[in-house]
Amino acid sequence: MENNYTEIIKQNKVRSSAKSALLYFGLTVWSIVVLFPFYWMILTSVKSYSSYNAEYVPKLYTLAPTIRNYIDAFTAVPLARYFLNTLVFTVLTTALMLFVTVLSAFAFARLQFKGKDIVFAFFLSLMMIPNELVVITNYVTVTDLDLRNSFAGLILPSVASVFYIYLLKENFEQIPEELYKAAKVDGTSDWRYLWKVMIPICRPTIVTITILKVIECWNSYIWPRLVTDDAMYFLVSNGIQEIRENGFGRENIPAMMAAVVVISLPLVVLFLIFHKKIMEGVSRGGTKG
Amino acid sequence: MKVVIEHLTKIFPGRERKNPKDVVAVSDFDFEIPDGKLVGLLGPSGCGKSTALNLICGLEAPTEGRIFFGEDDVTQLPPEHRGVGLVFQNYALYPHLSVRQNIRFPLENLKGDAKLTKEAMEEKVQEAAKVVQIEGLLDRKPGEMSGGQQQRVAIARALVKKPKVLLLDEPLSNLDARLRLQTREEIRRIQCETGITTVFVTHDQEEAMSISDLIVVMKEGKVQQVGAPQEVYDSPANLFVAKFLGNPQINVFEGEVKDERLRIGEDDLLPVKGAPDGKVLVGIRPEAFVWNKEGAFCCGKKAVEVMGRDSSIVFTHADAVTSQPRAIIDSELVSAEIGDEVRFDLRPKKVFLFHPDTEERILFS
Amino acid sequence: MREKRTLSQFKAWLYLLPAVLFLGAFLVYPLIDVLIYSFEEGYNFASQTYQGTGLYNYSYVLHDPYFIQALKNTFLIVIITVPLSTGLALLISLGLNKIKALKDLFQTIFFLPYVTNTLAVGLVFMILFKKTAYTDGMINVLLHAFGSPGVDFIEGPYWAKIFVMCLYTIWVVMPFKILILTSALASVNPMYYKAARVDGTSPARIFFRITLPMISPMIFYLVITGFIGAFKAYSDEVALFGTDLNAAGMNTIVGYVYDMLYGDSGGYPSYASAAALILFTVILTITMINLLASNKKVSV
Repeated sequence: MENNYTEIIKQNKVRSSAKSALLYFGLTVWSIVVLFPFYWMILTSVKSYSSYNAEYVPKLYTLAPTIRNYIDAFTAVPLARYFLNTLVFTVLTTALMLFVTVLSAFAFARLQFKGKDIVFAFFLSLMMIPNELVVITNYVTVTDLDLRNSFAGLILPSVASVFYIYLLKENFEQIPEELYKAAKVDGTSDWRYLWKVMIPICRPTIVTITILKVIECWNSYIWPRLVTDDAMYFLVSNGIQEIRENGFGRENIPAMMAAVVVISLPLVVLFLIFHKKIMEGVSRGGTKG
Repeated sequence: MKVVIEHLTKIFPGRERKNPKDVVAVSDFDFEIPDGKLVGLLGPSGCGKSTALNLICGLEAPTEGRIFFGEDDVTQLPPEHRGVGLVFQNYALYPHLSVRQNIRFPLENLKGDAKLTKEAMEEKVQEAAKVVQIEGLLDRKPGEMSGGQQQRVAIARALVKKPKVLLLDEPLSNLDARLRLQTREEIRRIQCETGITTVFVTHDQEEAMSISDLIVVMKEGKVQQVGAPQEVYDSPANLFVAKFLGNPQINVFEGEVKDERLRIGEDDLLPVKGAPDGKVLVGIRPEAFVWNKEGAFCCGKKAVEVMGRDSSIVFTHADAVTSQPRAIIDSELVSAEIGDEVRFDLRPKKVFLFHPDTEERILFS
Repeated sequence: MREKRTLSQFKAWLYLLPAVLFLGAFLVYPLIDVLIYSFEEGYNFASQTYQGTGLYNYSYVLHDPYFIQALKNTFLIVIITVPLSTGLALLISLGLNKIKALKDLFQTIFFLPYVTNTLAVGLVFMILFKKTAYTDGMINVLLHAFGSPGVDFIEGPYWAKIFVMCLYTIWVVMPFKILILTSALASVNPMYYKAARVDGTSPARIFFRITLPMISPMIFYLVITGFIGAFKAYSDEVALFGTDLNAAGMNTIVGYVYDMLYGDSGGYPSYASAAALILFTVILTITMINLLASNKKVSV
């Protein structure tokens, strides 16, 4: 019996350490798969044009980094312009979206009106409609209204989101009704109650929605591509595509990579600072298939 | 199977980054569980009793010390080879499996020579279900059953492999009061029928006292006292044990021993032969008080709470450490005309002396 | 009293007004409109007139070789990437759930692709896989090292393009799946694992009999959203193969819709609408089948 036990104990120890080594190995491999494109992006962006093209077998490092490509990225193509456009687009869209979402979530969560349940059910059913289906008419609408190549045309169709209204309404409803009643007794107006009580309490959800929308805006490509053909109104995604197809003359890949680094940087920095919040927010309300 | 625990210690490394202080969950635990007995591990939450159970079970590895099942050292042995059955506070029944599948689950894990045929498994499942009296419920899902029934299923699942040792972690605390009484009788019955050495963890002293052969009182990872329930109650090793056992709680007063006489305040109460002179803490069980107009112990009356068979007199005393000292008196002896002052005699067997600093028991005869 | 009530009704609608306006103009109206478009035959974008109504648009789209190609590509993406990415994500999440040290670091790294611009990283994938006059690209250099002649993944044979497209799609969708599965695994009460360990349950059995059934709702959620997302694939392909996907033979259904609408081949909103509705029908059908299958599986 004694011998049998010691054998089991020994096997158990060997097995568990082998397992954990294998585990870390596997996770490290995937980390490399994830990180390698980023490394390659940065590496290529600091190689000089001539040295990049001279490397028939690409080198995994460079001994002579240069910032030349970054200068090119900002001078040869209007990268700063794309950047600014995206910033304006993201800030305005997110702000408008928050305003619209907060108001309607409040109406659904706290106000009483006829047909509330039916209207809300109708709203929910709108979640089923894929963007791809409505984009066609929206494109025609925006063209007819002569809003192509304008911020209004870019922003307006992306403002309303049923899903965020739903998310925030659920959160608003978790605030005890007594608070609302107490505020009413004190003579607080709905408007004041909304901004002074509900929004501060639901800050985490609002932050989540904001983060998700900012990511969505910063990376949006399809709609901006449809409604802008004037480079003055390009967002970064369209900018990248433009650079890829027409920019920098003879396929200047290092300069292209410099542009890509610059464009990716803001969200990566944002992510590194707020990674806990962002991951929490996405797992609560994000979708991306 | 007897279980021997030698110098068992478990230290968890500190988790907080700012203050990485090690947590000693179990400290130098020495104990022998005789074969076929029901042992209650008792203590307030955080006293290390659950960790002790996990160590016996093998889910945690001890920092120091050894565990023997019979003559075999199982300290390093993973739990599946120890032949233990474990029952959880929340039952840990797999919600997607039926009761039958839940009970059969451990049997299906057997490999090689131990492997069972379908019929043999079914027989064992029936047998276990019969012991806990849930034969009629085998096709239900755990979610469709009451807490008490779920706990029975959990016990059946732990018993089905005929474990050498059965471990129960707070088995009753998720049940309502009535079910708790019923289920604890049930556990006692099952243990008697099967004769399996059983350890169960609880924070409820009444629960532990009512069904255990032996109780182990723990505090902050250290064993305070081991013994038969009545023995521990009648002769607590220290103030903690005295306070932890008994409901209502023991009353504590500051007192003094002088010339082998116990005094509290002005009152000269009892002869305490063999106790050295000096300040002491006096523990007096509520049932120690005998109401007597000429009694030696003089207190101020606060309230009388009628509880039916007994009444409890809540009183005040200048030297009381307990905030609400109370005496339990037979209701028939309490007359309406209690004045503002009450006097008691004390039953010496229900009075304990403790050292004011170490809180260890001071014996007297 | 009555007046007050009407007033509060009015106020509630005022709060809802912006949302109703935006949703009405950009979601409800387009939905109806797209149906109408799809049945209007011979629609002329410039004069905004049409010649008749009928099913011709659908028939045209279904007979268009570009659409057939797009359909084939899309189905390949769906069939290859959804099971592979879900399985791989499950494997990685299981690994993440088992470790203590460095867990946060790994989780953060694995999530990084979620926040990056898919067009931007797609470019990097392109240069890694592309053969040019100057270089064979990093991946081909690796293939050479293993004695393979290498292949142009971006402008080469169809299978190579499908390969890199699926690889990139998986790379893009993994973060979300890993995140969801890791939190699903973490929410399984550890006492079940303790109970299983005491019973001597083998790791494989723990996985198939305990873990998998307990997180199955989340897996089905991921499969459904994965299907929907893969059916809508478009920008990943643009990133790898450029905007002229028809020429590259790598178009997707969504890409086909946009090409019909806009650009050199554009100006046909009727065809675009018909194609979009076909896509919507396919997605709806597959989601329904998924839901039915999951209902059965989960309730067992």
